[in-house]
Amino acid sequence: MSRFLKVAAVASAAVLALTACGGGDSSSDASGDGGGATVTDAQVDAALQKGGTLTVWAWEPTLKDVVTKFQEKYPNVKVDLVNAGTGDKQYTALQNAIAAGKGVPDVGQIEYYALPQFAIGKALTNLNPYGAESLKADFNPGPWNSVNSGGGVYGLPMDSGPMALYYNKEVFDKYKIEVPKTWTEYLDAARKLHAADPKAYITNDTGDAGFTTSMIWQAGGKPYQVDGTNVTINFSDAGSQEFVKVWQTLISEKLLAPVSSWSDQWFQGIGNGSIASLATGAWMPANFVTSAPAGKGKWRAAELPQWTAGGTASAENGGSSLAVMDKGANKELAYGFLKYANDGDGVQIRVDGGAFPATSKTLADPKWLSTEFPYFGGQKANEIFAKSAQNVVTGWSYLPFQVYSNSVFNDTAGKAYVSGTTLADGLKAWQDQSAKYGNEQGFTVK
Amino acid sequence: MAVATVPRRRRSYRGWQFVGPFMIVFALVFLAPIAYAIYLSLYRNRLIGGNAFVGLDNYTQVLQDSQFWSGVGRVGLFLVVQVPIMLFLALLVALALDSGRLYGKSFFRVSIFLPYAVPAVVAALMWGFIYGSQFGLIGNLNDALGITLPDPLKPSLILASIGNISTWQFVGYNMLIFYSALQVVPKSLYESAAIDGAGQVRIIRSIKLPAIRGALVIATIFSIIGSFQLFNEPAILRNLAPNAITTYFTPNFYAYSLTFSGQQINYSAAVAVVMAVITMIVAYVVQLRGTKDL
Repeated sequence: MSRFLKVAAVASAAVLALTACGGGDSSSDASGDGGGATVTDAQVDAALQKGGTLTVWAWEPTLKDVVTKFQEKYPNVKVDLVNAGTGDKQYTALQNAIAAGKGVPDVGQIEYYALPQFAIGKALTNLNPYGAESLKADFNPGPWNSVNSGGGVYGLPMDSGPMALYYNKEVFDKYKIEVPKTWTEYLDAARKLHAADPKAYITNDTGDAGFTTSMIWQAGGKPYQVDGTNVTINFSDAGSQEFVKVWQTLISEKLLAPVSSWSDQWFQGIGNGSIASLATGAWMPANFVTSAPAGKGKWRAAELPQWTAGGTASAENGGSSLAVMDKGANKELAYGFLKYANDGDGVQIRVDGGAFPATSKTLADPKWLSTEFPYFGGQKANEIFAKSAQNVVTGWSYLPFQVYSNSVFNDTAGKAYVSGTTLADGLKAWQDQSAKYGNEQGFTVK
Repeated sequence: MAVATVPRRRRSYRGWQFVGPFMIVFALVFLAPIAYAIYLSLYRNRLIGGNAFVGLDNYTQVLQDSQFWSGVGRVGLFLVVQVPIMLFLALLVALALDSGRLYGKSFFRVSIFLPYAVPAVVAALMWGFIYGSQFGLIGNLNDALGITLPDPLKPSLILASIGNISTWQFVGYNMLIFYSALQVVPKSLYESAAIDGAGQVRIIRSIKLPAIRGALVIATIFSIIGSFQLFNEPAILRNLAPNAITTYFTPNFYAYSLTFSGQQINYSAAVAVVMAVITMIVAYVVQLRGTKDL
């Protein structure tokens, strides 16, 4: 038996030793690249000509064409495009690879809300030494603001999600409902619709962290203030309260379809008219076409209802960037790919494939603006999206641990949707739970 | 003395050569992960400040964690209610099949066992569609009959709904365990019981049940472990009922959420170790009680 125990001890000791190495590694190069040597465009070009292999983790479907064209232009570069899952699933894989110190890709797709978490975890390369700051003018202010974190640029914006109101015109016309211009009118429309047809709802909502934060963003709320490791979370500011007032009424009067977004029931509801509108990002049209074909021709896009009559405020919902991983082997080459895909020729390729761009040039392109959407009955919806993109409220920031925070939204604020808890109390519970986690993780959260 | 020890030593060495390959695999596959989990649970890795040894801090935190205990309470309730119902149904079906008075016996046996062959994830997805109160089967029933059935996915009913899925899935499996145990009972016992004038109920009580007691204990222990490890159903139904199923709904799901959304790997390891200990204690007590005078 003693020998057997020895074997076990050796085996586990080996495992321990391995993990100890992994752990020590990540903290050693903590502030390595902040003041590092600058990399010139010529060096990036040279890397592209010299070639090599790049591993890119992304789920954005139009990147496939970008990679093909990129390899034609730079024949010495071999790009390995891997779909390691969408959103959270990819972040898990990425975080595991970073912790293990092995198998980290050169480039990763990271959504704006998750970017600060990776940046603060020293997982991403600051692109300022590569001259990323000079690209500022090429991008819309909203997405550009989102890739800036703690004085560094940690990715190049790939797409964006300026919000719009999508509505089922057929249903609205049938019950003579005007397209709401303000959220108060939206509330009236919700009442009118549900009274006329008890099976129809103005929209669905079972508690969605991304949607809630976007709505508060549009209302001018700034619940998250981040200054290095000092974080403030406060859902009692004016913007948050304004959202709570309207949404609490929608919940209390049971005017929201109890259907979760992205479920099978949701797409059925979009198709058959029982979910009559959606306020979400400009990336939505492609999903309408593929997953709710029954609604074709019935839906339209409109500007997002306002919190103050006559306003033009908008917010971002979703959107993602490409970032150069700190553990990646060939950073110059990786940056070259980023520039090609998100700032150079790649942009047009992705726009042609149906992606919503983050570059200001595209938003001003008359050809793009006049694109007709068959799903929206030939409406030139890009005009609405472009306007929304320019009116995104500035000054918003996400938490450096937003991925975690969003995951407990339904544990806390979600209670408001299924019990007597009010939304205000729910948000307070969300705030407390997020603050608790932040403090445990070494932040100073107030 | 020296002469005597040498051959004994050689013999033991040869023995190790035979069990060696197994022991290596056993150590790597079973012991190393456990050792690694325990090792992890003694550290704390933070976003700011990095990794540090914290001793038993994570364990103190688990023992005071109301979310963890609410999960334990939930699977405890599940165990006390769902397991007896499921085992009773399985026993009933096994006895009915064994009685030999059932028409189409093998058809029944296969169709009751069939749900077990459906992968757990698929089963949970399927029941998710059935439970849908808007556009699912429940919704369709409400429409067709003009009634309002309670929503099976609301917070107060979700545990019962999950229990229903588990029962549906595992009755057949347990039935098969009981049925095969019953097959081993010598038929001559029944004959002599009949000659003594015993009825069916008496035969079940005095012959069949005592004969399959071992199988009953085994099935109970498997079910206890299964209940404590409840994961698939809540994880999948959460997409449909995000507010009814919290991230700490069951201890296993809590450990999963801690790891994958919060990166709290160390704390999650402590939760897993504590839960393993609780499961072992409960299973061991049941085994002791069940086999006491066997």
